[in-house]
Amino acid sequence: MIQISQLSKKYKNAEEYSVLKLDLKISEGEIFGLLGPNGAGKTTLISMLSSLIKPTSGNFSINGLTFQKNGNQLRQLIGIVPQEYALYPTLTAYENLYYLGSMYGLKGRRLKEKINFHLEVLGLEKFSRKKLDTFSGGMKRRVNLIASILHDPKVLFLDEPTVGVDVQSKNVIIDHLKKLNTLGTTIVYTSHHLNEAEQFCTRVAIIDHGKIIVEGAPKNLISQYPEAHNLEDVFLTLTGKALRDHA
Amino acid sequence: MHKLWASTYKELLLLSRDLGGLAILFVMPLVLVVTITLIQDSTFRSINDNKIPILWVDYDKGEVSKNIRDGLAESNSFNIIEKESDKEAKELVFKGKYQLAIVIPTNLSSELEKKVNLNVEGLLSKFGLDQEIPESQKVDLDKKEVILYFDPATQMAFKNSIKNGIDKMIFKIETQTIYKAFQSQITDDESEAIFDTGSFITFKEITPTIGENEIIPNSVQHNVPAWTLFAIFFIIVPLSINMVKEKSQGTFVRLRTNPVSYLTVLGGKTLVYLSVCLIQFGLMLAIGVYLLPTLGLASLDVSGKIPQLFLVAIFAGLAAIGLGLLLGTVAKTQEQSAPFGATFVVILAALGGVWVPVFIMPQFMQTLSNLSPMNWGLNAFYDVFLRDVGIIDLVPELTLLFVFFVITTAISILYNERKNAV
Ligand SMILES: Nc1ncnc2c1ncn2[C@@H]1O[C@H](COP(=O)(O)OP(=O)(O)OP(=O)(O)O)[C@@H](O)[C@H]1O
Ligand SMILES: [Mg+2]
Repeated sequence: MIQISQLSKKYKNAEEYSVLKLDLKISEGEIFGLLGPNGAGKTTLISMLSSLIKPTSGNFSINGLTFQKNGNQLRQLIGIVPQEYALYPTLTAYENLYYLGSMYGLKGRRLKEKINFHLEVLGLEKFSRKKLDTFSGGMKRRVNLIASILHDPKVLFLDEPTVGVDVQSKNVIIDHLKKLNTLGTTIVYTSHHLNEAEQFCTRVAIIDHGKIIVEGAPKNLISQYPEAHNLEDVFLTLTGKALRDHA
Repeated sequence: MHKLWASTYKELLLLSRDLGGLAILFVMPLVLVVTITLIQDSTFRSINDNKIPILWVDYDKGEVSKNIRDGLAESNSFNIIEKESDKEAKELVFKGKYQLAIVIPTNLSSELEKKVNLNVEGLLSKFGLDQEIPESQKVDLDKKEVILYFDPATQMAFKNSIKNGIDKMIFKIETQTIYKAFQSQITDDESEAIFDTGSFITFKEITPTIGENEIIPNSVQHNVPAWTLFAIFFIIVPLSINMVKEKSQGTFVRLRTNPVSYLTVLGGKTLVYLSVCLIQFGLMLAIGVYLLPTLGLASLDVSGKIPQLFLVAIFAGLAAIGLGLLLGTVAKTQEQSAPFGATFVVILAALGGVWVPVFIMPQFMQTLSNLSPMNWGLNAFYDVFLRDVGIIDLVPELTLLFVFFVITTAISILYNERKNAV
């Protein structure tokens, strides 16, 4: 499904590579977790995979397509849930979704039904006619998610979709993603919630300094390290306890 | 196409949710055009109607002072107030109560006459036409001075025009006195006119006319198109803010991950903001036609010109929008786009002749003004209002405006592509 080979990114004025010679294969139907400390390069990787930034070197393909050759076809195939909300605060939830759905070529009744279906599943149908700036953070996160899945993407990229939301919202979001996955959507997601990732992902990769240090099914990884009881232990063993603030 | 309509609808919604912005967009230009037109009209009128009071001290009380006084009165610009003493008049002027006092010296008329007579007699005697001049009459006459007291705050231009005016009057009186002196020397018959003392060269101003009416732009005909154009271009401020907001909201980034071109996104904005321009233009015309006359101003005559006017408005609107799209693409924050946009429009307006007509600018600025799209738009409006041209004659200006729109939009798209290649 996703083939990444020797992918590197060095930002214009940066001294170091944010992603360095990264190789990765993700198969259809997987829920793949990109884990790593702050500044590890997770967002950078996802931004490249969703065509927001161009790789410095290396290449990748999704379903055999590349942005260079099949730009809009590929964009139609994938969905991206950005790390920040990307919605119009003065429009209602419905208006936001109607517009963003239209950008994927959806229209009319089909679009309406899609919007209402997702709003209902994510518990927002009562608020569909309310302006987004009246929404709480958790509600905005859910609208932000719906905006990226209206067109039934084959691959869905999510950058920290559960940051800053309460347990209830988080569960609703994760459940919905699981359902989409069973319906055939491959999911690639980043998170700092290691417990969540451990439960949710079929496979994870721990990234640091733009490189994959380890990858595999959460259970396999935990069993590789005798003193680790969960994914967090594995994570700390591999990435250390020092803070990662650098810019 | 569906994506374009969806984008247009979204922009419409965004605009309708921002009532304050919408009010500013529609109301401010209307306030602007009414205010400016009223101000400019009243300055024009103060030049024409309001008489400037000046002080008049006449120690001469003769032919010459009467002539100057009549001259001043004839100009219809002054309200002449008589004062007895030089001192009093001077004080009033220096205190700033009056702008000007004119003091005519004693015996100006008689001495002038004497002087002229002496000269004429002297001249004629050289030709042997007259008897010898008695030695006793060969006295030296004092030079006479007409004294002008100006308020120190008086503008140079006013001072000069007064000085020139009085200079001319005195010159005329001198000439007439000389003619008269010759006449009285040559013939004793007062009624026999040997010299025509009227001015030989006079001015007649010729302006182009349509039928009976002279076509000079009045303050309404200048201000409505000029400030409408200003308002149309002001759209770059809300438009660029709209775009910068999309960046800060993250929606721009999201749109880049969508299978939709930047051109489509810009297209939606163009359609909505162009409609705003046209509605605004309609309102401005309505103000010119209906409101201004009730304020005692001339009415804007739009009969038979509506299609041409809207055509110009469409193209001017496009040029403005192209500029707004470019600014919105390049600017990163509202703090950059809003002040820059506003100032830039003012500069373009000044260059384009919205405030000061282009023809009275220095040559260098006149050349520069050709670069302002507002200048092209204003010329097109003048063509319609004052020269009553057809659509074909507007083609050059409209083409310029359209090319400007295409170029600015193209630069926006290229810039957007390059910037995203981080
Ligand atoms: N636009 C940019 N210009 C220069 N350097 C950047 C830019 N964006 C990110 N970086 C740098 O690239 C590195 C990776 O950043 P990235 O945002 O991909 O990390 P992340 O794994 O998503 O972190 P977080 O968990 O905090 O979201 C960091 O060192 C960051 O400082
Ligand atoms: Mg990140």
